[in-house]
Amino acid sequence: MAGLHKSEISNPVLNWIDSRLPIFTMIQKEYGVFPTPRNFNYFWNFGALAMINLVIMIATGIFLAMNYTPHATMAFDSVERIMRDVNNGWLLRYVHANGASMFFIVVYIHMLRSLYYGSYKAPRELLWILGVIILLLMMATAFMGYVLPWGQMSYWGATVITNLFSAFPIVGESIVTWLWGGYSVDNATLNRFFSLHYLLPFVLVGVVFLHVAALHVTGSNNPLGIDVKTPQDTLPFHPYYTMKDSVGICVYLLVFAILVFFAPNYLGHSDNYIPANPLVTPAHIVPEWYFLPFYAILRSVPDKLGGVLLMFGSIGVLAVLPWLDTSPVRSASFRPVYRILFWVLVLACVVLGIAGGKPAEGVWVWLSRVATAYYFLHFLVILPILGKFERPLPLPESISRAVLGRDGGFGGGGGGLMPGGAVAKPMEKA
Amino acid sequence: MNFVRVVAAAALLAFAVPASANAAAEEIKFPPQNWSFSGPFGTFDRASAQRGFQVYSEVCAACHTVKQAYYRDLKGIGLEPKEIEAIAAAVTIADIGDDGQPMERPGRPSDRFRSPFPNERAARAAYNGAYPADLSVIVKARAGGADQLYSLLVGYDKPPADMKIGDGLYYNKYFTGHQIAMPAPLSDGQVEYADGTRASVEQMSRDVTTFFAYIAEPESEVRKRLGVKVVLFLLFMTGITYAVKRRVWADVH
Amino acid sequence: MAESAAAPHVAPEMGGAEVTKRDFLKLVAGAGAAVGAGAIVWPMVDSMNPAADVLALSSTTVDLAPVIPGQAITISWRGKPVFVRHRTLDEIAKAHADDKARLPDPAADATRVKVGREQWLIVVGICTHLGCIPLGNRSTEVRGEYGGWFCPCHGSHYDTSGRIRQGPAPANLAVPPYAFESDTKIKIG
Repeated sequence: MAGLHKSEISNPVLNWIDSRLPIFTMIQKEYGVFPTPRNFNYFWNFGALAMINLVIMIATGIFLAMNYTPHATMAFDSVERIMRDVNNGWLLRYVHANGASMFFIVVYIHMLRSLYYGSYKAPRELLWILGVIILLLMMATAFMGYVLPWGQMSYWGATVITNLFSAFPIVGESIVTWLWGGYSVDNATLNRFFSLHYLLPFVLVGVVFLHVAALHVTGSNNPLGIDVKTPQDTLPFHPYYTMKDSVGICVYLLVFAILVFFAPNYLGHSDNYIPANPLVTPAHIVPEWYFLPFYAILRSVPDKLGGVLLMFGSIGVLAVLPWLDTSPVRSASFRPVYRILFWVLVLACVVLGIAGGKPAEGVWVWLSRVATAYYFLHFLVILPILGKFERPLPLPESISRAVLGRDGGFGGGGGGLMPGGAVAKPMEKA
Repeated sequence: MNFVRVVAAAALLAFAVPASANAAAEEIKFPPQNWSFSGPFGTFDRASAQRGFQVYSEVCAACHTVKQAYYRDLKGIGLEPKEIEAIAAAVTIADIGDDGQPMERPGRPSDRFRSPFPNERAARAAYNGAYPADLSVIVKARAGGADQLYSLLVGYDKPPADMKIGDGLYYNKYFTGHQIAMPAPLSDGQVEYADGTRASVEQMSRDVTTFFAYIAEPESEVRKRLGVKVVLFLLFMTGITYAVKRRVWADVH
Repeated sequence: MAESAAAPHVAPEMGGAEVTKRDFLKLVAGAGAAVGAGAIVWPMVDSMNPAADVLALSSTTVDLAPVIPGQAITISWRGKPVFVRHRTLDEIAKAHADDKARLPDPAADATRVKVGREQWLIVVGICTHLGCIPLGNRSTEVRGEYGGWFCPCHGSHYDTSGRIRQGPAPANLAVPPYAFESDTKIKIG
């Protein structure tokens, strides 16, 4: 249909734009009045934090790329030049390097929140799958970014991880040679990794957009895991959640700043300050901390192909999780058994993380095998069965009643004693 | 908010993982030293770093490169531009002349620290196949940091009676495998300090470690100073945002 | 906040100290966020300024001995061409004479060379119009109406003192900072 959008923006200039391209109406709708469950806890900050983190990574990355040289003989020196001679170069690099760790901390907490409160369940399955794709893209981007300084860990990390593909029968070797663009990790590999490391974050932005778009169709889950029923259950996103997110952003930046300014290399490896040497492997090579659980799964299987498949499988099971968990109840608050098993899963992941950082010997091999076994049992066996047998606790009737009704005598209509100005004006569901 | 507390604990634990992972690889413990530059407010002891530069110039520079450092970087350990020019001018730098032929010229502050050999092959030929490590970021490139460098320098000793030392190797308490290709570089009184400090092996090791800690992280003092400001600002912002949030939410609680 | 829970909420403008304090807090938070955003943007913008190694390489020395009168050489200083011209007596005389001519960017020849070394004219070889490199440094090239340099891009003519005489360029060729280290050696920068 031809015609202009009926904009309600009062500023004439903005109104002119909005009538032709209703971006201001959209922002108002999706981030202004957007009805958001009123009972979020601070774990619902982590989506916004991840978004901020992505912006920080792209911004610092663009400026770093202006000074970085993707060449095997110059990459290490160009990074040192960034650290020493480029104005604030050390700041940009340390923010970018520690930003990768912060990104994974934030996203892992975001995922755990999802697991605990059942945010992946219907109708948010696609939202969750998009999240799994985001995780995969992040891992690929982080891995290739770690190669760029061309230190010993960069080089041998690249060698070991690309060699994973050699586990596949028949085509494996050809794939690895293709990935490398040569007979070993070399200049061609570095160049393509730089190119892809620059490209993937923008793909990530696209998938994040879809993730948020999907979120705004279904609406957010909440700590009770029950659906929003009445306008009393929600608050407009602004100013309530913009302010709550701002508090989270400040605390997040505080942690980030302490890492960057006072312990910039704490999460890194000293070996990566030794220039890449194709003739010598460092004595103890480990991936960055955020890959350690996956690394432990890889090493827990004494078979090359099996380990690789299991490692990719550990992310694969997440993608089908919405159909593995058969319980209709979302929040672990009302699932007494799942709540315990959730923490067992967290423990298994932590054990995997620690074991992944240890040499593959002695007790660590067995611990990582047990933890790997639990990880897959949890998703593939326990969750499908548990949903059928677990007796959930009684669910509250509505969010507003659960949040506000503790000492108030609610009538049938609900919201009679509601003190909030926000609910005086009921909102329409998007 | 039980979940909150448990996750916080798990996050802390997860944070401790890389540290313990790194620690596992180090079977040798380096006695922790008290460094002027450690901690969030630490600064480089200028006098010590300058003495350390002297040790580097008179001892280490004979075999080791410091490729990433420039003479102008010495400003950061308190040397004046005139002194830096003099230091640089006293060094001969290999260059290509206007006639296209290799030539030597006096150094300038904008020159990188002189390399004792033209390339890696020349170094290996000269040093019995070993390649003396570049020392630009040596303090960052060792898990034990400054403590490890210091320990290594003071760690030369007579080998235990039951240990056979390989040809061209030397015993060192703090080197992995305890056999190192570098002979003990320092001996008491090896350099003569202008400020009258007694040049014991410990003193020289301490000074040269301070110098290399600076060369590895010339930005360190600026970084920490800025960090203090940023952290204070963020604490203030956290407080004020939390206050605003409380007031905004006062309506609905 | 018990007191606010008791009141019926209609709009934030309900008056009283409460609201003033809230607005003040918001103002401080907003100002803080603006300062923070600026402090985040600046390091990135500043990273595009010349780095320390670039700034450290800002001087270069030139041996003048092989340059005979009437000849000029081009050397690179901070990545830009610098014209070093050994002027003949005629050219010096012409430059002096033109001090009184109508100049778009008036400057005496004496202010553009070093006292006692008038034979050496040293200028940055970049046309002040839009940054092309003028012709005339080699004797085989066009030197323009005034015997100095001629910029082929848009037709600016410079005289034997490097002054703009005709064409769109607004200013004379710039004189870089330099000093004679000896009779035959200069240090530019």
